[in-house]
Amino acid sequence: MDGSPILEIRDLACRLGERLILRGINLDVREGETIVLLGRSGCGKTTLLKCVNGLIPLAGGEIRFEGRSTAEWDLIRLRRRMGYVIQDAGLFPHWTVAANVGLVPQLEEWEPARIEERVHFLLRTVGLPPGEFGPRYPRQLSGGQKQRVGIARALAADPPLLLLDEPFAALDPITRFELQKQFLALRETVRKTALFVTHDVREALMVATRIVLLKEGMIDLIATRDEFLAARSAEAQAFLAGLEEEWRKQDESAPRG
Amino acid sequence: MSRRLAAEIATLTLEHLWLVLIAIGVAALIAVPGAIALTRRPAWRRWVLGLANILQTIPSLALFGFLLPLPVIGGIGRHTAIVALCVYALLPILRNTLLGILGVDAGVLESAVAMGMTRNQILWRVELPLAVPAILAGLRIATVATIGTATIAAAIGAGGLGVFIFRGIATVDTSVVLAGAVPAALMALLADEGLEWIEKRLSRA
Ligand SMILES: Nc1ncnc2c1ncn2[C@@H]1O[C@H](COP(=O)(O)OP(=O)(O)OP(=O)(O)O)[C@@H](O)[C@H]1O
Ligand SMILES: [Mg+2]
Repeated sequence: MDGSPILEIRDLACRLGERLILRGINLDVREGETIVLLGRSGCGKTTLLKCVNGLIPLAGGEIRFEGRSTAEWDLIRLRRRMGYVIQDAGLFPHWTVAANVGLVPQLEEWEPARIEERVHFLLRTVGLPPGEFGPRYPRQLSGGQKQRVGIARALAADPPLLLLDEPFAALDPITRFELQKQFLALRETVRKTALFVTHDVREALMVATRIVLLKEGMIDLIATRDEFLAARSAEAQAFLAGLEEEWRKQDESAPRG
Repeated sequence: MSRRLAAEIATLTLEHLWLVLIAIGVAALIAVPGAIALTRRPAWRRWVLGLANILQTIPSLALFGFLLPLPVIGGIGRHTAIVALCVYALLPILRNTLLGILGVDAGVLESAVAMGMTRNQILWRVELPLAVPAILAGLRIATVATIGTATIAAAIGAGGLGVFIFRGIATVDTSVVLAGAVPAALMALLADEGLEWIEKRLSRA
């Protein structure tokens, strides 16, 4: 791992319409880190990912990716170097699962045989047998299967940075837990750098190397797991209180004796 | 029905079909790229659609009348009829293509941008394929209408099934009118059903 960050965010501000959605965002992401962006609904998590991906122009500040300001990047190239798992999957309805997953390699003009091999590998990795799921269309998938396809698609061209927007939301707890474990295993094998958005504190604690807590468009705190568990900020306390509540309920409902 | 009448029905039906096919083909070649251009230029939309709308409201006989004295596109014969039929076919194709492209889900478009597709790739691989059902619906509406309007083309010597209708009116002979009207109606029905079938097939894929 080299010392220089793969992604640097400096004094970022972002405006949508009249409203200032994000302000004063400063963050360095180093290779191999999984940074979890945690925050309540509407705090600006998706907006931050879109800024990084160049989908929304900045109102102030700077984002540097691989040492170069995004203002200098060709946006097409930039986006193909970031695998983006879009909230609610965002699959192309008129393409098969295989075509969806193979999109970026295809745009990058890989050999067809290599694309097919890659697509099969990725579908197996996210737990979808390629023979069965490759030829299907997105509307023939369940919500959870769509999200898996979204993850496979983001990984397709082996991008140095992954942007994951609530990739495991809207899943039943068992499937979610399975995918979370798969994500951790995947991270061991491919050592990806990731910006991972969630509003689920338990998920944050499970996958994060560092947690960035967002509150109303600003960074409330940046903490490792242990630091977060001991954090004093009101927002962190609010998230942790939810967690304790959950644990207490589980204890009560657990069978005794 | 005499052999000669049957043969004439066949000839005029073919003529009619050609008029319609050429007119729709040319109209589509203008309207589809036009609609694509309009998706990129919102400011022009109102004007272009307004113009197409006004053209649509000109009664067909009057339009043939306007075209007759014009050089190149006017005069007696087939090409004048084709120009007029084209004008009528423009609006439905233009409007449907435009609505089809603009109707593509915003999330899907954003996802295409986020994946690093270029503007042209988005047009050819996402917007147009997803607009195909709407474009086909426009073609269907235009075709059915054109089959009807084309009967009037006989008035300026363009041939087609209108020949029977005008002859029947002149000789006050209903059976001759029917010899033109029935095949035209059947053609319209077949076109409607056929194109609808294709539309359904494609949107199921
Ligand atoms: N196009 C837009 N114009 C104006 N405001 C917007 C726009 N899109 C989002 N917003 C607002 O920006 C804020 C941040 O939205 P964002 O989608 O980033 O939230 P989020 O943290 O991802 O929430 P969630 O967890 O619900 O996905 C919200 O208050 C939202 O209402
Ligand atoms: Mg969001």
